Amino acid sequence: MLAKNLYQPEKLEKKSCRDGYGDALLILGKKNKNVVVVSADLAESTRVHHFAKKFPQRFIEVGVAEQNMLGVAAGLALSGKIPFASSFGVFSPGRNWDQLRISVCYSQANVKIIASHTGLSVGADGASHQALEDLAITRCLPNLIILAPADYLETKKATIAASQIKGPVYLRFARHDSPVFTVPKTPFKIGRANILIKGNDITIIACGPLVYEAILAAKELAKQKIKAEVINNHTIKPLDNATILKSVHQTKCLVTVEDHQANGGLGSAVAEMLAKKYPVPIEMIGVQDSFGESGTVEQLWKKYKLTHPFIIKAALKVLKRK
Amino acid sequence: MKQSVKELKNTANLIRQDIIKMLARAGSGHPGGSLGLADILTVLYFSVLNHIPSQPNNPRRDRLILSNGHVCPALYATLARARYFPLVKLKTLRQINSQLQGHPHNLSLPGVETSSGPLGQGISQAVGMALAGQMDKGDYSIFCLTSDGEHDEGQLWEAVMTAAKYQLGNLINIVDRNNIQIDGYTKDIMPLKPLKQKYSAFGWQVMEMNGHNLKQIISVLNRARRVKNKPVVIIAHTVLGKGVDFMENKFIWHGQAPNQKETTKALQQLSHQP
Repeated sequence: MLAKNLYQPEKLEKKSCRDGYGDALLILGKKNKNVVVVSADLAESTRVHHFAKKFPQRFIEVGVAEQNMLGVAAGLALSGKIPFASSFGVFSPGRNWDQLRISVCYSQANVKIIASHTGLSVGADGASHQALEDLAITRCLPNLIILAPADYLETKKATIAASQIKGPVYLRFARHDSPVFTVPKTPFKIGRANILIKGNDITIIACGPLVYEAILAAKELAKQKIKAEVINNHTIKPLDNATILKSVHQTKCLVTVEDHQANGGLGSAVAEMLAKKYPVPIEMIGVQDSFGESGTVEQLWKKYKLTHPFIIKAALKVLKRK
Repeated sequence: MKQSVKELKNTANLIRQDIIKMLARAGSGHPGGSLGLADILTVLYFSVLNHIPSQPNNPRRDRLILSNGHVCPALYATLARARYFPLVKLKTLRQINSQLQGHPHNLSLPGVETSSGPLGQGISQAVGMALAGQMDKGDYSIFCLTSDGEHDEGQLWEAVMTAAKYQLGNLINIVDRNNIQIDGYTKDIMPLKPLKQKYSAFGWQVMEMNGHNLKQIISVLNRARRVKNKPVVIIAHTVLGKGVDFMENKFIWHGQAPNQKETTKALQQLSHQP
């Protein structure tokens, strides 16, 4: 249930997660008249401009004002609307965390907080615009579901799934064009991690577009007779403990992979759970307590050691610690 | 259930006594602003708002958003007097397992529309509700209560601009202008003057009222809801601690509960008011 030519990146279609979001909104707009979009002057960048054009009566532009954006969204939600409040991760939830905490999460307002431009993959805009801390500051909030889809199609599915949940959902995704390695039939269920490749030597748990790097790492490891199990953990909260535990019971070690600070994100979530239920050696691929910088996605992921050669290195290291 | 002016006066006085009793029992809270808003809240819930206390989620109701959440004892007492929940519950303010949280929580108590406490957030939510009302062509009004100190928050002005942009004629912001905030007089902490001109410049219709003249409150609130093409701000001149002479206009009473002696004295004064 993954793309044909999975291991040949050059043959995979390249599309962005943000376009998956924008395209899903058009479907939702037609299907459900309660779906509304609130934007803070980044309509084109977050791909909500298509929705704005098609459904102008249900598109609210608050200007460069992310705190107000979330409050307005909460008010709409408390009046029966399903608002998608869209911005960049560094601004929302970066700049409006208090509003997220009280106006949205504490009130269980049915707001979808949408963060495009997360991770180093933002690229040339540099550190100020690369959200590397958003998972850390959202994971600690009660009542909040957190999704980090891996490609265009999965972002589309995640957007539609988020609309069907009654309550706050934080959806983070990337800006750049990346390989579309899932297919329309690939399952997506909130809270259910997907095992993409089966293996029993080591578990690799990833989220976002770096899932594809984990797949490439598994392919290389197979050449060394190491069978890696690759899990696409698109739901950061609630974590799919059952799937992760089942895998780790077999493999007894794991590597986590994310385009986010290694502190506080997916790796931390998995480590916290396993420390309580089944402690095993872990290596974490992520940004190691530093800010990013300008560059291309490829340059940045390489410099900050997030690509498959580094996943392989981490895998070999953690295997020795078993 | 519209009350006459005489009845309103009596109700407001009972609410003031409730506030003093609640805070004395809780041992903490904000009496000053709560007493100052008792008259306006009374007029809202017993004369102006279209609401059915037994149907707190009726989609056609008028909404009252308390943005300055710290004065919630006044809202709680008003809601109880309006029979949203039994009066006896007022005794549980700020206690463990209570529906009456130290700051309002929409999911804890019927009639509480939003969660507030961190300032500046209620007005944005009121704008969101007014936008929803506008989209649905709903025949209801959104009243928001904000404090003057709250106007230091940048978010409030973000919301003010949005309301003007969308010409939210169904939105009325009542500013509790008592000139006092937690650390002192607003003119010293962060001057707001000229507040009227600021709102006019931002595209709002501005009204003013004496927040303790019941007749005037009724007429200004009703006049405000008849404005249909732009949001209305009502600058309500109020007295912090209104009704209790040793609390009036003293900022130490912004956030401090009365002790036993003070409670007795306050209740004595309130029960003897005409």
